[in-house]
Amino acid sequence: MSDITISERQAGDVTILDLSGKVTIGEGSVALRNAIRKLLGDGKNKIVLNLGNVGYIDSSGIGELVSSFTAVKKEGGTLKLLHLTQKIQDLLAITKLLTVFDTFDDEASALSSFD
Amino acid sequence: MTSLPSRIESVDTAAEMAAEFVKAGGHGDEFAYAIDLAVRESIANAVKHGNKFDENKNVDLTLSESEGNVEILVRDHGAGFSPEEIPDPTDPENLLKASGRGILFMRSFMDVVEWENAEDGGVIVRMRKGS
Repeated sequence: MSDITISERQAGDVTILDLSGKVTIGEGSVALRNAIRKLLGDGKNKIVLNLGNVGYIDSSGIGELVSSFTAVKKEGGTLKLLHLTQKIQDLLAITKLLTVFDTFDDEASALSSFD
Repeated sequence: MTSLPSRIESVDTAAEMAAEFVKAGGHGDEFAYAIDLAVRESIANAVKHGNKFDENKNVDLTLSESEGNVEILVRDHGAGFSPEEIPDPTDPENLLKASGRGILFMRSFMDVVEWENAEDGGVIVRMRKGS
């Protein structure tokens, strides 16, 4: 069984991916990559990743967030992060990636930032 | 010492061993998280970059504790490695690279992280954290 589940919701033209579980080397990172690839293939390029239920992320998972960010940007879209856990926030701070990502504590703010 | 095959699945196996070891030592959650992350990143590096997924080569893990200091030894059997050659992932020109952050995490969460090239081949990473 996979360590991660990803479910998709739509709010207007913004797609929210609710991630739950672990984004780590192997299945977790691949699942995220595939989910982003599918959205871009469907022409959906305004994306919010809800990380509130991600209990664990490693350097591979952080790398996948970066890859997702660049893949979406390349397609003319934007990827933003919602509900960072303290652990993820710490890792993004260590890697200086808080300067790269737009991050939000509440969903309404994340959605309105696309307007 | 435990020898693990050069597969991604060994990362989880090693992390489970480390979790049991830390629990038996009575350490707290934050300490356990640091050890877990360091073990995962070092085993992943050994499997991917050291042994290059060669199933004929194992990754060796040794966990020990002395006077409140947990020591993790991870050895691969690859071609050798110099940490100075790894680009700084926080350098602006490397920020958007997909990989290269594992060593930064190991250094951030452990008190000591050292590498040595073993005489008979491979790299030994030695990490230590005091409770």
